[in-house]
Amino acid sequence: MKIFKLLLAVLGWVLSSRARADYTLNLTEGVTKLSHDVHDLHMLILWICVGIGILVYSLLIYSIIHHRKSKGVVPAQFHENTKLEILWTVIPFLILLSMAIPATKVMIEIYNSDTMPGPTDLTVKVTGYQWKWRYEYLGEGIDFFSNLDAKSNEARQLGANIDPAKVDNYLLNVDNPLVIPVNKKIRFLFTGADVIHSWWVPDFGWKKDTIPGFITDGWVKVEKPGIYRGQCTELCGRDHAFMPIVVIAKPEAEYQQWLAEQKSKGEAATAQAKAEAVKTFTKDELIAKGQEVYNANCASCHQPNGEGIPGAFPAITNSPVVNGPIEEHARLVLKGKGQLMPPFEAVLKPAEIAAVVTYQRNALGNSKGDLIQPAELPAQN
Amino acid sequence: MSAAAATHDEHHDHGPARGLMRWVFTTNHKDIGTLYLITALIMFMVGGAMALVIRAELFQPGLQLVDPMFFNSMATLHALIMIFGGVMPAFTGLANWMIPIMIGAPDMALPRLNNWSFWLLPFGFVLLASTLFMEGGGPAAGWTMYPPLVLQTGAALPFTIFSIHILGISSILASINIIVTVFNMRAPGMSLMKLPLFVWTWIITAFLMIAIMPVLAGTVTMLLTDKFFGTSFFNAAGGGDPVLYQHLFWFFGHPEVYVLILPSFGVISQVIPTFARKPLFGYSSMVYATASIGFLSFIVWAHHQYTVGMPIEGELFFTYATMLIAVPTGVKVFNWVSTMWKGAMTFETPMLFAIAFVVLFTMGGFTGLMMSISPADLQYHDTYFIVAHFHYVLVPGAVFALFAATYYWLPKWTGRMYDERLGQLHFWLTAISVNVTFFPQHFLGLAGMPRRIADYAVQFAEFNAWSTVGAFVFGFAQLIFVYVIIKAIRGEGEKANDEVWEGAREHGLEWTLPSPPPYHTWETAPEIH
Ligand SMILES: [Cu+2]
Repeated sequence: MKIFKLLLAVLGWVLSSRARADYTLNLTEGVTKLSHDVHDLHMLILWICVGIGILVYSLLIYSIIHHRKSKGVVPAQFHENTKLEILWTVIPFLILLSMAIPATKVMIEIYNSDTMPGPTDLTVKVTGYQWKWRYEYLGEGIDFFSNLDAKSNEARQLGANIDPAKVDNYLLNVDNPLVIPVNKKIRFLFTGADVIHSWWVPDFGWKKDTIPGFITDGWVKVEKPGIYRGQCTELCGRDHAFMPIVVIAKPEAEYQQWLAEQKSKGEAATAQAKAEAVKTFTKDELIAKGQEVYNANCASCHQPNGEGIPGAFPAITNSPVVNGPIEEHARLVLKGKGQLMPPFEAVLKPAEIAAVVTYQRNALGNSKGDLIQPAELPAQN
Repeated sequence: MSAAAATHDEHHDHGPARGLMRWVFTTNHKDIGTLYLITALIMFMVGGAMALVIRAELFQPGLQLVDPMFFNSMATLHALIMIFGGVMPAFTGLANWMIPIMIGAPDMALPRLNNWSFWLLPFGFVLLASTLFMEGGGPAAGWTMYPPLVLQTGAALPFTIFSIHILGISSILASINIIVTVFNMRAPGMSLMKLPLFVWTWIITAFLMIAIMPVLAGTVTMLLTDKFFGTSFFNAAGGGDPVLYQHLFWFFGHPEVYVLILPSFGVISQVIPTFARKPLFGYSSMVYATASIGFLSFIVWAHHQYTVGMPIEGELFFTYATMLIAVPTGVKVFNWVSTMWKGAMTFETPMLFAIAFVVLFTMGGFTGLMMSISPADLQYHDTYFIVAHFHYVLVPGAVFALFAATYYWLPKWTGRMYDERLGQLHFWLTAISVNVTFFPQHFLGLAGMPRRIADYAVQFAEFNAWSTVGAFVFGFAQLIFVYVIIKAIRGEGEKANDEVWEGAREHGLEWTLPSPPPYHTWETAPEIH
């Protein structure tokens, strides 16, 4: 019955989908010189393949039509032809050469960013996290996370019953996009915080893996202002499909304005963090703040209910660490453990760490009853 | 010596034992071949069901059916089961059945080893399938099992690794057996350059397997020690390198691709001449092309890793080496077309599948050539373009070759002609649906849809819907295939004569034996002309 219903749904979908179809068939030309070159290379090799295909398939079809027993053909008995065989070894080799030369040129262009005139205008460090991106503008003091936007996040839950077509840029929208200036040479440095991710914006013409413990790089010079979207392309666990990339390329003046805003926002946030680091919170304040921090940073592995994933991610509920000495608990959160638990001192502010530790000890099935203030955290470094 | 003499020898007491124990203790290559083939068929159905879970979830944007973690598990197990449970055992089954018969040998050289190499498999698969019910769920880091992600696997990790060890041992043993058999057991006069191409492709496959399976076993063992014994092979914080894993894995993984496809080349090279009623064109160039592909497969592995940030010398080396594979592969395709040229073709089901193989495998070859070009692959990598590519070479490639082989040899194995009308129906449904399933995936990849995602943006909806429809038609069309096989095994259908296919006697020793062949064949070696 289920299958029958599915088939009906299939039919309905196929018939109705023409109206909403908004698809492309080919690789994007993109918005950088490099992406144009990659696109041209792609078209060149595509057409060469189409050409060879037409030749081979024509011969095959001709043979199928004419060389059949039902037409009374007496089969020939030839079974080799040295000249022919040499020919169809050498000619493909030459065709390959005709592809290898432009391919090499583009590859050199990709690697040799020095051929771009002028020094690098901006370096952005991109770190892949499960499951969000972190962008640090080196030398500018700007550092933020970029998560799947709230609307997509709501609609993408299993059984959410929200039509993705009604969500603006479903799965391709973020809360804090990466903003860069146009016509400037921008270098990206990539690394991974936990597992390998891969940073891909098709309009830039390439993707690069973000590997924990290693730095890879790539560069762009975007030709026109716009919003360019992409996704993580290396399987990185449960929410691999839900860590999109949005890059907004702005004219220099608008970019400078954005930069100034970010800086003043950043300064305000730093000042607030400093104040909070010595502030004494009530237990309820800590728990409320901690819940937010937990859901944003911990729940993806330790699960929203704190039960973890047996064998992979330990439970918070009834955890011996959470129910043990509070300093040890805080130290684990600050410093991390092994390959999978990252050191959160690099990501969270003292008040946030104190809050999440307090929250974990007083919620998610635990009732330790104690709390820790930001100022009481073990020494940081 | 004629076929009749080979069958009516004095050993009448050497028939098969009865009941279940016949299959448990059997050392007969035909029995073991049958066991392999049936196991593969079951595994194809299990892996296929998993594929349908994947396609059902991807039918529409949004998550409707499964948690993304289970989705990842399905993608991982689908691949592992299809590769290690479907395609490889199926070709090993064909090798067991056909190689001794084709080279005029009474059995495999190492029959007890043969029994063992088969009976390892069910244990390996039970272990692998049982991970789905373990704490933390089945393996979900993809069949490539890249660290650090794979180290997040729960209790399933050691069991997955052990099952890979078991399946690897089985493959190595089977390969040793095939090599020893071919080099020592050929009938007098059966020189190497007279071997049927299926045998040739299998020798090269067997050497590839012996070379790569230990690499895989070692690599996954390093994962095991990283996870449980505090080593840091792939952990940068301990001085290791996650990318080292990828190099090791693909040093196994790329030749593995040819383990899956070379025997298919062999099958197609048997089927096309029979139905074209013409000898295979370019026999020796076929052998050399196969050997060249085998060699090249060892020096192209990093084309799976163009995006990890290799030095440009590495990118270019692997680009050039990979492009070179197009030359021997092209030779093969040209040879098949030339074999058909001026033949007197008929289009029974095996021939239909073989022709579809040539057409559609070539498609997969073209996309493979495109992907070999590293600057372009920086766009294609890890998108549905790749998914389309490897399914074109594996489904209408390896799997169609298996269909062709089954229809081709089924009358020989069972003594009964299969139902040609059902065979044709199976072919057309399969050939059309496979394209509906996988062709749109090229567009999805080029338009920017990453692979291995449980949910996608709405602009990818249309082609995903088509792909899912195709996949379900494909899946259910295979029930026809199962029915055809069951019918033949039950002895229903027209009796097949020795030759089965008109003029087939010219195309291999198997067609000089009765259909079905007696339990023991070639106890006296045939004479080779
Ligand atoms: Cu990711």
